[in-house]
Amino acid sequence: MYKVKKSPWVLHYDGSSCNGCDIEVLACLTPVYDAERFGIVNTGDPMQADILLITGGINSQNEAVVKQLYDQMPRPKVVVAVGVCACTGGIFKDCYNILGGADKVIPVDIYVPGCAARPQAIIDGIVQAVELFEKRLEKHKAYVKKEKEA
Amino acid sequence: MKKRSIVPYGPQHPVLPEPIHLDLVIEDEKIVEAIPSIGFVHRGLESLVQKRDFNQMVYVAERVCGICSFGHGFGYCEAVEKIMGVEVPGRAKYLRTIWFELSRLHSHLLWLGLLADGFGFENLFYQCWRIREKVLDVLELTTGGRVIFSVNKIGGVLKDVDEDMLAAVKDMLDKIELELKPIVKTFREEKTVRSRLDGVGVLTKQQAHDLGCAGPFARASGIKSDMRKMGYAAYGELDFDIITSDVGDSYARCDVRIGELFQSISIIRQAIEKLPTGDIAVPVKGNPDGEAFIRIEQPRGEAVYYVKGTGTPFINRMRVRTPTFANLAGLCETLKGADYADVGLLILTIDPCISCTER
Ligand code: SF4
Repeated sequence: MYKVKKSPWVLHYDGSSCNGCDIEVLACLTPVYDAERFGIVNTGDPMQADILLITGGINSQNEAVVKQLYDQMPRPKVVVAVGVCACTGGIFKDCYNILGGADKVIPVDIYVPGCAARPQAIIDGIVQAVELFEKRLEKHKAYVKKEKEA
Repeated sequence: MKKRSIVPYGPQHPVLPEPIHLDLVIEDEKIVEAIPSIGFVHRGLESLVQKRDFNQMVYVAERVCGICSFGHGFGYCEAVEKIMGVEVPGRAKYLRTIWFELSRLHSHLLWLGLLADGFGFENLFYQCWRIREKVLDVLELTTGGRVIFSVNKIGGVLKDVDEDMLAAVKDMLDKIELELKPIVKTFREEKTVRSRLDGVGVLTKQQAHDLGCAGPFARASGIKSDMRKMGYAAYGELDFDIITSDVGDSYARCDVRIGELFQSISIIRQAIEKLPTGDIAVPVKGNPDGEAFIRIEQPRGEAVYYVKGTGTPFINRMRVRTPTFANLAGLCETLKGADYADVGLLILTIDPCISCTER
């Protein structure tokens, strides 16, 4: 089984986005942009997901939800923040209920800027995430192998 | 007595594009009660009036929601213009109407796709979204943005369109009208679609009225209310009817929105036909002093904007009341007695926009 290449599964969570980036992420999965051609599959289940796409900033209500989603994902995992809201808090940064970007609560690997982020940028982010995921998977496999031998 | 249990639904759930949480009290497979809890997308956007002046607030208002973004910017501008007594030039009014209807077009197509996805018809979902991309293409051509346009400003609009752009819009309308035919036929005649929608989640006219529902959701239950008939922007000079249905089930909601797709196409055509020449904006001097209420018809229903200024660049209060919030009560009513398997579908039929609701 170690020789089989894995298709990363993508989970999308809407933090406190305005929907703009949200529907652009969805648009990426439709035939016009078709992000699935890079070998990813969209899923709704965090337990099966490898890449987390997060849109929107973190607020006091969804802080725990985001953390929990991240913890539920199996290792190795990659997080992509889509839109300036998820990167830094964006236009809502000064709002009383926004704590900041997604990296306030979970480690973010790839930042996709834009308000709203364009599908081309999102696809680029996904491609980078897939590459990073493959690298991490190699490392993870080596680690597991070493553990077994020890 | 049958055993009751509570099933949590959301906030992260495959059929929900946005986070909302419902506690469903179920008896066997039937829903007895649904208790919503919201707040996952609350940002506190209205408080930004203290930090952004009234011109900058246009861009904040647009980001109340990314799907009906044009409408929010428009509603806010109308409210400030009303306070300041600014008369928007005719061309700007017509351009706003055209962009508003294009937004409605893309929003309804988006919804039809999500609904198809909700009952498991993936192909139909992709077809709807493929057509939606064509609408987005002309929106990008005319405004420069795909979902957030930023073309409104106090006193008019920021961008003008030329003949080529108008021709592209007309061309797109002709094309999608043709392409919509087979899709609409599938929604209306396909047995598998109808079996998921017919008679599911009926809301009577009385219930819809008592619960204060808005938009296509209320119109599907026979309530004849459409704020566009109040004649803001250029709607007063254009010819269209309010589309309603008397049935009140999920199919009626789908049918009403399909009708509105073609209605929007006709409104845009009329507006392009009548588009006057002239300025696209008037200069605005001074600061807003006073208060105003504006009611407009968003793709999801009636939205209300309240703005209060005190003569400084920073307005004192901005308040938005969005259609989804009005429809949540109706949703909980339709969920009562529904099958557990239909919950996702029923939530979709009100076309929920959580980020509008919670801001
Ligand atoms: S980055 Fe802009 S478009 Fe995206 S969620 Fe934030 S405000 Fe909306």
